[in-house]
Amino acid sequence: MPPGRPGRAAYPVVSEVGHRLARVYEGVVQDLIDELGRLPNVGPKSAQRIAFHILQADPADVTRLAEVLLEVKDKARFCDRCGNVSQDSLCRICADPRRDQTSICVVEEAKDVVAVERTREFRGLYHVLGGAISPMDGVGPEDLRIAELMSRLSDGTVTEIIIATDPNIQGEATATYLSRFLKHMGIVITRPASGLPVGGDLEYADEVTLGRAFEGRRAVND
Amino acid sequence: MGACHGEPGPLVGENASVPLYRDEAVVLRTHKLGEADRIITLLTRNRGLVRTVAKGVRRTRSRFGARLEPFMVIDIQCYEGRNLDTVTQVETLAVYGDAICRDYTAYTAATVMVETAERLCEEHEPATQQHLLLVGALRSLTGGEHDPSLVLDAFLLRSIAIAGWAPSFYDCAKCGAPGPHRAFNIAAGGTVCTVCRPPGSAAPAPETMRLLASLLSGDWVIADGSEARDRREGSGLVSAFLQWHLERGVRSLRHVDRDGTRPPAPPRRTLPLKAAGAHEDGVDLAAVVPPLGSHPALDRHLGATQPDVREPV
Repeated sequence: MPPGRPGRAAYPVVSEVGHRLARVYEGVVQDLIDELGRLPNVGPKSAQRIAFHILQADPADVTRLAEVLLEVKDKARFCDRCGNVSQDSLCRICADPRRDQTSICVVEEAKDVVAVERTREFRGLYHVLGGAISPMDGVGPEDLRIAELMSRLSDGTVTEIIIATDPNIQGEATATYLSRFLKHMGIVITRPASGLPVGGDLEYADEVTLGRAFEGRRAVND
Repeated sequence: MGACHGEPGPLVGENASVPLYRDEAVVLRTHKLGEADRIITLLTRNRGLVRTVAKGVRRTRSRFGARLEPFMVIDIQCYEGRNLDTVTQVETLAVYGDAICRDYTAYTAATVMVETAERLCEEHEPATQQHLLLVGALRSLTGGEHDPSLVLDAFLLRSIAIAGWAPSFYDCAKCGAPGPHRAFNIAAGGTVCTVCRPPGSAAPAPETMRLLASLLSGDWVIADGSEARDRREGSGLVSAFLQWHLERGVRSLRHVDRDGTRPPAPPRRTLPLKAAGAHEDGVDLAAVVPPLGSHPALDRHLGATQPDVREPV
């Protein structure tokens, strides 16, 4: 057995309901497990595994991890203009003069910016709403960064808005809400196409996806 | 073959230890679970409220696709788990979500409907009437004949009535004295006569009372001909009546876009927008909410011979 790794007999894990471990470790080790267990998608078993990995890791690696954690809380912020994750008042994309200033891609979360950037198809700017309209979760239009988007459009520079909210009910409703007001501003409003995933089988496509794929079909003999 | 819809049937082959069931359902809401799964809350026809796990549904190549989005009416097969059931197969019966989310007013009305249905129904307690009422109301929202606000209020009133709290809009709710009466008291259960009237009772317009009675009974000629002010007053009474009986607030009610007049989130600077009240969608929503218990598409589906639902998973 590797050093530092407890055997079952030495460190009995008490778990009556299968999702909670008792405080069986001493002091800081238990504190570390508790804190790791508060992270999203990290259960008590995973927290215990990560904690013992940290205990066995090289001290320099642990120090670097701790420094990065502190540094990200200290330096990371949200872009004043688009709401993307940034280190400065403006994010890398908003500060880049080579980006197309006439088009804005509206997304729900900052991670969606990365997803669109990976395509290398869009060279404009972004606007992060911070979620989608979901009345059942208590999220209305007032809770999103819609006012900030309107402010960005007020100088007339932007000529196209691409509403790239998630292709689900909440994302579609948010797109509908935005387009209701944006269409009066003389701006071209577009939405990414929905359709069949590359590599998928037609027979497994659901009616909504297949319907939209046919709605947005394109000529191939041009 | 021919297993009873919604009832656990005989177990076959490798699935002998897995209790499978099949039912019709409306998707009420979804929650993200783990990396690519979702918890789906369903209002089924025969089992009431059911919470299931749809594994991998958030992946773009999921075989479930859009079938497990809110407001979809589906034919679903699940196997029972200790806490949550797991979805194995889904077929679409009616696609309402796509049309509803393209109209913001209908979307906000539909969210109140599904939240109310979730509150009024119990897990694994059959709620066939609530299920059929919800299916009919969602179909009405996509139909395009009535104001979605009226469809919403009609749904709420009938949903409360099915739950056992039917309001009275004519006779006195306390002593049964024949109406019409002027006073309306939520705690008393509707209109009250001058003798029974508790302090603090509301005094809505007679037209509002007539509108609410027509929504409850399905008289859409009166409902469609009602004035905007009566609809507003009636919506307020319906919302208050609902939340009083639920003993808690309905979160989505405050986001309802009545008459399409919800303004955009207030901008920081004056913008070249049209008046906030302008409803330019040109969408006239909704057909009649059907009488309780009727849904032709589903009835046709149910009338057909049911295939064997005990296929290996």
